[in-house]
Amino acid sequence: MPYFPDEVVEHILGFVSSHRDRDAASLVCHVWYRIEGLTRRSVFISNCYAVRPERVHARFPCLRSLTVKGKPRFADFNLVPAGWGASAEPWVDACARACPGLEELRLKRMVVTDGCLNHLAHSFPNLRSLVLVSCEGFSTDGLATIATNCRFLKELDLQGSQVEFRGRHWLSCFPKPSTSLESLNFACLDGAVSANALESLVARSPNLKSLRLNRAVPTAVLAKILTSAPKLVDLGTGLVAQSNNAGALPSLYSAIQQCTSLNSLSGFWDSPRWITPIIHYICKNLTCLNLSYAPMFRTVDLIGTIHQCQNLQHLWVLDHIGDAGLKVVASSCLELQELRIFPANANVLASTGVTEEGLVAVSSGCRKLNSMLYSCSRMTNSALITVAKNCSRITSFRLHICLHGSVDAVTGQPLDEGFGAIVRSCKGLRRLSMSGLLTDSVFLYIGMYAERLETLSVAFAGDSDDGMIYVLNGCKNLRKLEIRNCPFGNTALLAGTHRYEAMRSLWMSSCDITLGGCRSLAAAMPGLNVEVISQADGGANDAKKVEKLYVYRTLAGPRDDAPGFVSAL
Amino acid sequence: AAAILPRYICGGSRATQAKQRPHLNLNHTLRYPSLTHFSFSSDLFCRRRTRGEFARPSMEIIDAELRLGPPGSGGDAAFGSQKKRSSSTVAAAATSEASGTDDHDAAPASKVQVVGWPPVGAYRKSTFQSASASAAKESKGAGEAGQRGGLYVKVSMDGAPYLRKVDLRTYGGYGELRAALDALFGCFSSCSGPSPDNGQFAMAYEDKDGDLMLAGDVPWDMFISSCKRLRIMRSSEAR
Repeated sequence: MPYFPDEVVEHILGFVSSHRDRDAASLVCHVWYRIEGLTRRSVFISNCYAVRPERVHARFPCLRSLTVKGKPRFADFNLVPAGWGASAEPWVDACARACPGLEELRLKRMVVTDGCLNHLAHSFPNLRSLVLVSCEGFSTDGLATIATNCRFLKELDLQGSQVEFRGRHWLSCFPKPSTSLESLNFACLDGAVSANALESLVARSPNLKSLRLNRAVPTAVLAKILTSAPKLVDLGTGLVAQSNNAGALPSLYSAIQQCTSLNSLSGFWDSPRWITPIIHYICKNLTCLNLSYAPMFRTVDLIGTIHQCQNLQHLWVLDHIGDAGLKVVASSCLELQELRIFPANANVLASTGVTEEGLVAVSSGCRKLNSMLYSCSRMTNSALITVAKNCSRITSFRLHICLHGSVDAVTGQPLDEGFGAIVRSCKGLRRLSMSGLLTDSVFLYIGMYAERLETLSVAFAGDSDDGMIYVLNGCKNLRKLEIRNCPFGNTALLAGTHRYEAMRSLWMSSCDITLGGCRSLAAAMPGLNVEVISQADGGANDAKKVEKLYVYRTLAGPRDDAPGFVSAL
Repeated sequence: AAAILPRYICGGSRATQAKQRPHLNLNHTLRYPSLTHFSFSSDLFCRRRTRGEFARPSMEIIDAELRLGPPGSGGDAAFGSQKKRSSSTVAAAATSEASGTDDHDAAPASKVQVVGWPPVGAYRKSTFQSASASAAKESKGAGEAGQRGGLYVKVSMDGAPYLRKVDLRTYGGYGELRAALDALFGCFSSCSGPSPDNGQFAMAYEDKDGDLMLAGDVPWDMFISSCKRLRIMRSSEAR
């Protein structure tokens, strides 16, 4: 067809929403690139330093929703020093100038200051949704400005962020007489909330569907909230316990029975064990249950509850559940799609928790499983092979054995065969995180079989550079590679020189790479930012071992806000 | 001695580095067992002869259960008994008995904690502490703690004119202790985040050896038994 009208292309592209599909469409020809750029509403920036905000706005002038991710994932585990960067300020500034009609802003692992929130609040009157996942640097004052100025705010989600507590007044700043709030999540907030403010907020938010409270919200307040918002779909409770108010618990019981649409439950914090029966009132409808913040619940309580949740699709729980509990999960929750088991005890030598038996039980019972995060005390190859056979639809598999370098608990072999079986049979595996004693063989398997793998996290594994080389040569779709405490050296690092531009980022910490190797990589690939994070003083000679290395592709050149301990090569 | 250790334990060139470390780098500790804890001969380790063969380590425990036979002999029998032992001693023994499922990482318990492992987000740290506190409470039993009497330790804060004394037995965990110290000194309330690492002050203590340690690493029980004195110091010094 010689002439294809732009309007038709525009119309067709309007139906294409996924980022990857749109990226692919934009590569067809210049016309499509331009049209796609003009019509894209939702932009996802996976690395805030990969591109300058101005350039994003130049290409996508009509964007309405912006998602930006900042620090590397290992920042969650204290591997990235404070002050590393990822400030949201440049993004908010650029957006305020170019796109004041912004409706959604989602930031992950970025530093957001109160000033930034203030700027946000005053620049985007149309803001509907603000999601700050694992962010830090702001306080309740910033939340107050957002609440006051963003009159149409529908969603305020502070999942996992660190918020400095400066007062309880922010909840009363939301618009009166009514708000358009549909989702409010302040579960991570430390500090008290004003009961009156919260109750009146819920009373004047008729569209509220999702509400996640923090620990400080007492039982009586929760009961009142549920009475005024019985249409809630997602609830995160506060601390539910016996209090001075004798009528609180009974009113909570009766209120929760009225919540017939409730299908997602989380919270509980340090609630005592005897509170678990309250969940039974809504068990039948529950699809998401997150008890991973409730360390007091024991196996027997969890079993009694989960046994009744036949429709459960997402389950996040601490390893108190034990193998016995997981067997109950396997027999009752046949619709389960996502399972996450978190370690309850920081003491890595505690041998309580879950083992390979629980994993095998769940995999044989819950055939629809596609995402697993399993923290256990021991594992065997045969268990992993069984899991691979049973659940071949797994797309995300993360196994953390608490004592690193653990071998197969029965045969004493490394866990290569088990993980090899997983990558061989789960053809759609996109995310893999491994632990235990692993040699180069497992990397060979990954390189050979894991074609769709996009994120790989490795710790305390491998014997030699070959391991990393297998992965870099084999996995064509690899985007993020995170390595810590592995014996990979400069040869391995430089073997992937041609690969890093196709990947989002590479993180290597406590490996065997030296400054010389990093410098060679930086010299060979100007399109990459090769950043070395080192806090120890020492010479800058080429033989110096590099503590932490972060390599990512970028169009923006070296960072201009790098702190002293980050050196760009 | 380091030269004769098989490669898969030392990882080749890193063996020499292990010897030359001036300070204890926790990130490396677990791969290289502490050489001062036992004397050994190379026969005790299963050597990995080629890359294809995998070791069946026969040396796991530091105490009298060492087998002096040639590598690979009786490995399975040793394993079976070790497995039974590790399942029976629940979380108690801080030494290698509990590491029966692990192979060459026979480091003592206090050195097993590594930065960022197990990989749990920082926002879950408060769940960790209350979990170990509750586990300690349950394992100790209700009446036992009250019978032993108070355990008063001095608490000093940098910049405060006088010290205080607190009874460690009245608290169930680090969270309660922190709250109590906050009530006494007002040091933690202006900080952000639940973990003691953030903010202006950090909670440190002197143990029975006289070393200044950062509070929060060991289970509460162990902390109470070894803490002799508490010190609240500025985070800038604590780094």
